[in-house]
Amino acid sequence: MSLLEVRSVSAHYGPFQALFSLDLTVDEGETVAVIGANGAGKSTLLKTIAGLLPCSGGEVHFDGKAVHDLPSHVRVGAGISLVPEGRQVFPTLTVHENLQVGGWTKRLGPWTTDKVYELFPLLVKRRDQLAANLSGGEQQALAIGRGLMANPRLLLLDEASLGLAPIVVRHLYQAMPIIVEQGTTVLLVEQDIGQAVTIAKRVYCLLEGRVALTGAPNELTREQISAAYFGVRQR
Amino acid sequence: MTWVNLVIQGILLGGLYALFASGLSLIFGVMKLVNLAHGDLSNMAAFLALIVVDSLGWNPFASLLIVVPLMCGVGYVLQRYLLNRTLERGPMPPLLVTFGLAVIIQNLLLEAFSADSQGLDAGRIEDAALTITGRLAVGWLPLVTMSVAIAVIAGLQFFLGRTQLGRGFRATSDNQSAAQLVGINNQRLYGLAMALALATAAIAGVFIAIRTTFTPDAGSLRLIFAYEAVIMGGMGSLWGTLVGGMVLGVAQTIGSQIDPGFGVLAGHLVFLAVLAFRPEGLFAKQVAE
Repeated sequence: MSLLEVRSVSAHYGPFQALFSLDLTVDEGETVAVIGANGAGKSTLLKTIAGLLPCSGGEVHFDGKAVHDLPSHVRVGAGISLVPEGRQVFPTLTVHENLQVGGWTKRLGPWTTDKVYELFPLLVKRRDQLAANLSGGEQQALAIGRGLMANPRLLLLDEASLGLAPIVVRHLYQAMPIIVEQGTTVLLVEQDIGQAVTIAKRVYCLLEGRVALTGAPNELTREQISAAYFGVRQR
Repeated sequence: MTWVNLVIQGILLGGLYALFASGLSLIFGVMKLVNLAHGDLSNMAAFLALIVVDSLGWNPFASLLIVVPLMCGVGYVLQRYLLNRTLERGPMPPLLVTFGLAVIIQNLLLEAFSADSQGLDAGRIEDAALTITGRLAVGWLPLVTMSVAIAVIAGLQFFLGRTQLGRGFRATSDNQSAAQLVGINNQRLYGLAMALALATAAIAGVFIAIRTTFTPDAGSLRLIFAYEAVIMGGMGSLWGTLVGGMVLGVAQTIGSQIDPGFGVLAGHLVFLAVLAFRPEGLFAKQVAE
């Protein structure tokens, strides 16, 4: 049985349908990447899993239980933690306070503030500064740290590389294997395929709210991926 | 000496306004709710104290032991089962609902207690004064009120700054959806915030009732003072609210000295001046977004 099962989920923003009966599974301990162009429905998918957006059809099962009707704060307690797009750290809280609030549910697990500082040493000297005053890369590290503080079984990572310099992105992605080592399952969303395929065991490529392609990165050719990414017909 | 005395009286009056306004400030800070019933809820607490005093024969200060927890409960229930439903629907519904609530409370109080003015008798403390020099004396009651105001604001500040629940309040204020993503149940959190706000409103209401007589319709004017204190101090800053209350208190006492009918107006004029020259308030939090 998979840790996460998304069964023919549909989602709407008002009259606009963003997801069309989408299926996706993630096994415990696996790292899965969802890639696709802007507007393909990647973030929407994560939002429906985390409970920020209701499913208008289909079911989301986590650890064998249906969670699609639970409010998002309950899903955090169950072990689903979303690091949202655009980082969304708490600007008027200090770095340390952001992490402390991250541990709100008091779920037990490997992650503590000390462990997060160990994972992202760049946060240590920022400890008592307001999150609003951090650089983009620091804010992203903080957002991931805050997400980990919930000690999730499933970490959802939405566009961690967005708007960051390549060197900063590489630095952030270096932390991923350590997170996975702790037994955390990771489902990440990226527009930038480069980093995502290096750490993912499986890739889903979304196109206009549907799965266009799925497979292990080393079994997929660049042509297949770009065809699915841009919606070019394969011959 | 008269002027020194007036400023001191004004500052002490400002403490009372700040005590009353701190709950308003908290609510606005956490959930951006403008609670137009805050004044009437605080006035309702004074009437509850009156019932306790009349039926049990307690001192009004002791009645706080019953009134404050009761108002906490009222706040929690009100928020969770009424106001939370309005918050999701934009800024207008909460305004209308709290306005309606204010009208309902006023009329229920009028129905139950008539329009006569009431008083809470706290005994000797009401007349006792601390003599500073031969011509300058400060009443104990305003001093105690001021101390309680400072203690409440310091307590709130400590709570918001140093406790996990307080951090949750600030996180929710910063970004509601991100707060849900760390597992905060914002519906419940809002209930707790309102409980806390009405606890402070209840303390303020009883102190105001000890200070002067009160009537069922006394809440609305008080609400204006409270908003002036909050806005002058700067939204979201509790110590700013204290200073805002003091500025308002001093303006009112000096205004009353010039002409007895000029007090309230003087307060409004100073408020307008602050709005004109420092619209963000005297102690607005400076955070780059």
